[in-house]
Amino acid sequence: MADTPIPLEVQNIKKRFGDTEVLKGLSLQAHKGDVITLIGASGSGKSTFLRCMNLLEQPNEGELFVHGEQIRFKETRHGREPADWKQVVNMRAKLSMVFQSFNLWAHMTLLENVIEAPVHVLGKSKQEATEHARQLLERVGLAERADYYPAQLSGGQQQRGAIARALAMDPEVMLFDEPTSALDPELVGDVLKVMRDLAEEGRTMIVVTHEMAFARDVSTQVIYLHQGQVEEAGPPDEVLGNPKSERLKQFLAPKH
Amino acid sequence: MIDLHGYGPRLLEGALITIELGILSLILAVLLGLLTASAKMSRSWLLHRLGTLYTTIIRGVPDLVLMMLLFFGGQIGINQITDWLYVQFDIDIFINVNEFVAGVVTIGLIFGAYMGETFRGAFMAVDSGQIEAGRAYGMSHWLVFRRIRFPQMMRHALPGLSNNWMVLLKTTALVSVIGLSDMVRVAAEASKATREPFTFMIIVAAIYLLIASVSEWGFARLQKRYDVGYGEAD
Amino acid sequence: MEALMNWLEAQLADNSIFTLQTLSYYGQGLSTTVQLVFLSLIIGLVLAVPLAIGRGSKHAWLRLPIFFYCYVFRGTPLLVQLYLIYYGVVFVEGIQETWLWVILEKPFVPALIAFTLNTAAYTTEIFRGAIKATPRGEIEAARAYGMSWGLMMRRIVLPSAFRRALPAYGNEVIFMLHASAIASVVTIMDLTGAARFVYARFYAPFDAFLFVAAIYLCLTFAILYLFRYLEKRLLAHLKPASG
Repeated sequence: MADTPIPLEVQNIKKRFGDTEVLKGLSLQAHKGDVITLIGASGSGKSTFLRCMNLLEQPNEGELFVHGEQIRFKETRHGREPADWKQVVNMRAKLSMVFQSFNLWAHMTLLENVIEAPVHVLGKSKQEATEHARQLLERVGLAERADYYPAQLSGGQQQRGAIARALAMDPEVMLFDEPTSALDPELVGDVLKVMRDLAEEGRTMIVVTHEMAFARDVSTQVIYLHQGQVEEAGPPDEVLGNPKSERLKQFLAPKH
Repeated sequence: MIDLHGYGPRLLEGALITIELGILSLILAVLLGLLTASAKMSRSWLLHRLGTLYTTIIRGVPDLVLMMLLFFGGQIGINQITDWLYVQFDIDIFINVNEFVAGVVTIGLIFGAYMGETFRGAFMAVDSGQIEAGRAYGMSHWLVFRRIRFPQMMRHALPGLSNNWMVLLKTTALVSVIGLSDMVRVAAEASKATREPFTFMIIVAAIYLLIASVSEWGFARLQKRYDVGYGEAD
Repeated sequence: MEALMNWLEAQLADNSIFTLQTLSYYGQGLSTTVQLVFLSLIIGLVLAVPLAIGRGSKHAWLRLPIFFYCYVFRGTPLLVQLYLIYYGVVFVEGIQETWLWVILEKPFVPALIAFTLNTAAYTTEIFRGAIKATPRGEIEAARAYGMSWGLMMRRIVLPSAFRRALPAYGNEVIFMLHASAIASVVTIMDLTGAARFVYARFYAPFDAFLFVAAIYLCLTFAILYLFRYLEKRLLAHLKPASG
């Protein structure tokens, strides 16, 4: 373990929006093959925490290490910023994010979406990227939809396409930001199945989700956030099977 | 057949000047418009102010006045600079402000301000999630601009762009006032000489309508290209 | 008044370009510009209302000529329209002998005609859009209450269309102010004409044109604020209720 660097480690992340502190010093280590789920009520800061990991949000304090490499920051008039954007760009290429609202590029076909970053960011040849992309689309069950535009696909198809796009980067860590929240209930299953398969093949994943069954069955670690702090964390059996705090008990109680 | 009293070839040359002038100013205006939109969206206070000042002044003053200011004033201003260079550094250059260049620069400058507003609105209409997805996949600023922001922005900008071009085309007629032999000037001369204003002015009007119709067709095709992927949803 | 003139004269004592003489040119130019713009806008507005209604008519014989008129006047430069009318009037055989010549001799009237026809075409399209945007429900309600077509137009459609058209019409007013600068091309001494005169006399382009640019800028802002005020007053009912 000691010789291979940890894919992603964040230490003591703090984030303020104006006067309110939404993240109050959060840390996390994602080892190879880990599936970490972040759960919590809306407003608990779980999505913001995830977005700090690839610096879509700039944390006011805290450190990031991607594959052992520390991200450098500097203080500017506008607050704390990465010192070297090139480093950030390289880092992001190692972490693929899957968004709640899919964010497939609307002016490109599904196939073009999947090969876009491999060709233009990683510098792969178009032919190689296309071959790989077709395999990935096959895997998520969208082989025959490759030449469709996102607007012509259902939400579930778009999200599976977005997962193919993320896989095409061959990422160290995959970040999922509530990937099933924007979907109709009958479409959720297909997306979760793809994610389960990914977990089984040993992908390192960090998942913000409301799907408790997924958290229980698939994850290696569950982190329950409340108001920007870790309330409970540990293996799913412990955290979900035997919650200690009142708040988590209430959060897990069936809402019907 | 309509008797053009031998003004036919000159009218045709004038029409070519109108088209050249229009296209060159359009290119300049688009470049200036992109710069202005970036300046106005930048978080630098100075750039933002400069962009606002530019668009406010241009939109508050008649095109003709700006054109005269730049054409008549431009020559004197340049002479003053070259004189100063001569006195100070013994550099002897002479730059003559040519009507065509003055026309392109003025019209480009005027419509740069209008394009700036068009582009700014179009950039802001692009869904931020689209840009975020680009950044999340390790695209640099420039790559996000080139591959995602620009193509998606163009879809929103095209109607405004097309509209600005139609106005720009008509504005080129003003260069006849500062002495450039575009088709309006040729027609005005011919009208006076032959005392047949209707013949010449109606021909010129018809050419303007023709250019406008052709451009409308071209813009519709472009819009189709940039609308790709949006289907019937929008 | 005299004290003011004396003060002004003292202020201008060291200035070789902006003398009382040249300032009075600018003053007369301002008055000509305002008259020209104001008159053409008013007449154009009056013409545009029936044209806009006719533009949406079911009858092609009424709709198509109006469409054609708008298409031509919006699709060609105002300068070409001005030349056409100005030279057209001057070169009509025998016009110098008729009574019409008394008013047509000065370039002001041909310019006014050109400007009016131009703004009427643009305003027609603006109103046309605003009338078309009338919510269907409002029209159905008017029909359901037994209003005749004329009554419905007068009481329901036009009043709400005018309000919707206000922002676009404000732009048209500013556009006309700026377009009026080309009146100077047919020797009218409007604001731009005054500036060209001062430029020609003193060969001082910066002074002559920057000064007039500043006046236009002030006029533009005045129009802008007037329309913003009108919009606030007349469109208040469209804002979501507060409190």
